[in-house]
Amino acid sequence: MLRGKALKFGDNISTDHIQPGRYSYLRSNLPELAKHVLEDVDPTFISRVRKGDFIVAGSNFGLGSSREHAPLIIGLAGVSAILAKSAARIFFRNAINVGLPVLICDTDRIGDGDELEVDLAAGTIVDLTNGARLTFGKIPEVMLNILNECGLVPYIKKYGDFIITSRG
Amino acid sequence: MANVKAMGRTLAERILSEKAGIDVKAGDIVVSPVDLVFAQDGTAPLAIKQFLACGFDRLANPAATIFFLDHNAPTPTKELSNDHLLIRDFAGQTGARLSDVGEGICHQVIAESHAGSGDIIIGADSHTVTAGALGAFATGLGSTDIAIALALGKTWFRVPQSIKVLVSGGLQKGVSAKDLILYLIGKIGADGATYMSLEFCGETVENMTISQRLTIANMVVEAGAKTGLFPADETSRNYLMSRGRGHSYRPLQPDPDATYERIIEIDAASLEPMVAKPHAVDNTASVAEVKGTKVQQVFIGTCTNGRLDDLEVATEILKGRKCHPNTRLLVTPASREVLIEAVKAGHIQALLEAGAIILPPGCAGCVGVHQGILGDGEVCLSTANRNFKGRMGNPNSFIYLASPATAAASALSGEISDPRRIM
Repeated sequence: MLRGKALKFGDNISTDHIQPGRYSYLRSNLPELAKHVLEDVDPTFISRVRKGDFIVAGSNFGLGSSREHAPLIIGLAGVSAILAKSAARIFFRNAINVGLPVLICDTDRIGDGDELEVDLAAGTIVDLTNGARLTFGKIPEVMLNILNECGLVPYIKKYGDFIITSRG
Repeated sequence: MANVKAMGRTLAERILSEKAGIDVKAGDIVVSPVDLVFAQDGTAPLAIKQFLACGFDRLANPAATIFFLDHNAPTPTKELSNDHLLIRDFAGQTGARLSDVGEGICHQVIAESHAGSGDIIIGADSHTVTAGALGAFATGLGSTDIAIALALGKTWFRVPQSIKVLVSGGLQKGVSAKDLILYLIGKIGADGATYMSLEFCGETVENMTISQRLTIANMVVEAGAKTGLFPADETSRNYLMSRGRGHSYRPLQPDPDATYERIIEIDAASLEPMVAKPHAVDNTASVAEVKGTKVQQVFIGTCTNGRLDDLEVATEILKGRKCHPNTRLLVTPASREVLIEAVKAGHIQALLEAGAIILPPGCAGCVGVHQGILGDGEVCLSTANRNFKGRMGNPNSFIYLASPATAAASALSGEISDPRRIM
């Protein structure tokens, strides 16, 4: 069970917003890079976020470049999951690969600053502030298994290969 | 069991089925070997770290693994120089290929020297999709996925649904492949093709050069697409043959009865010069709607539009003229080969005489690290593929995307201008 507050963002938050290119020289120093996460959208984000909080966004979260530093520094900032109406493909896959859940749901029903409780196993989100109960979209089995191992590196260390049990 | 005829395949279904050795359809999850794995200097250090964290010490296929030093080339900081050292050492130790500073942008070098029709190419860069112009299923992944593929020589894919883009009619003079793809992205939106394959066909597409196809394939990711595919035809064959890579060609067409998520029809003859306005690629408008907007910097280059024909059209417009005194013109050939050919053709001299600044082959200012970072409030008209806030290094600046012809015309007048007026 994950618990924290909602920090809301709009649609089309790109990886350039999440990790501005001008800080790319810090890519091999992730804790330092994380201090700049999302600063071009919300300069107060890094001072407001607390361990366990959720990014609650609109559609197409994470569009743009393949930089995996984007989900990595969101996780390093303390965020426990991203809730969005939809997510860009590479970002979604990268986030799962670094053990950061991305949950697709109707985020209009969540208010900024609301206290949330997320049950990953049950697939439910409860907004404790306004009482809304949401479900999130199914994560493909292969990705769920990677997420269950907290990312692709531990998954590969455990299994040595991709284990696909069903094609669908 | 009745003998059921296999359903017709899209290009994506055909390539993934043939490579994985099983008949797959859209929505299936499949593990497939890959023909080429690469990373660039912005993503390779993390891929190497993850590769080592898994306990791997050798590459599945060193000859089909390439590291490109192109995003920070040459580097502006010691941290990035140290990243380059790490990459060079790793390539040396593992036998991977290295495309060092000055060789050019990964996607251009891959088109010139590596991609073949029917190949599966994965790279730690979102514009990996560019190689779809040659009929390669090419897609961008993150560093950890690439780390695993370096060691295992394969990865998993969800077979994408496909959208068929049927283009008919001839482009007007002064209107280019760039205007067509900007129009398409504006029409379907920045998530209009998320998780899907955009598959291009029709007489206009058949008549396009490989360079034009590369421009279009390069930008499919700006509509969220996983890949953008062109059939492999005589044009592809001639391109590969001319590069001594005839063996990399095989004909590739979708089945006539393939199933598409939807079909989009575009009348190329009706298209006008387009721009994407700040700060989103799908925020498109015709040049007519924004003409007169002052520009302090014009940037011609990138994996979208830094090829020989792009420099040629810019030269046509700028030869014997001078850039506007309030406008800097930065020109970055996409590869060493493009630069050499542009020197031989006289384009570089003509552009220099017009006032251009020639930068070394690479990504230059596109990713906001170096070589053309904008000042507060400045406007850049760029032939690149992205204009997100802060993309070129300053969140207080503004980027418009357009074709090389529009860029050159705007460099002359110092404001966004329709190239058809002077061509």
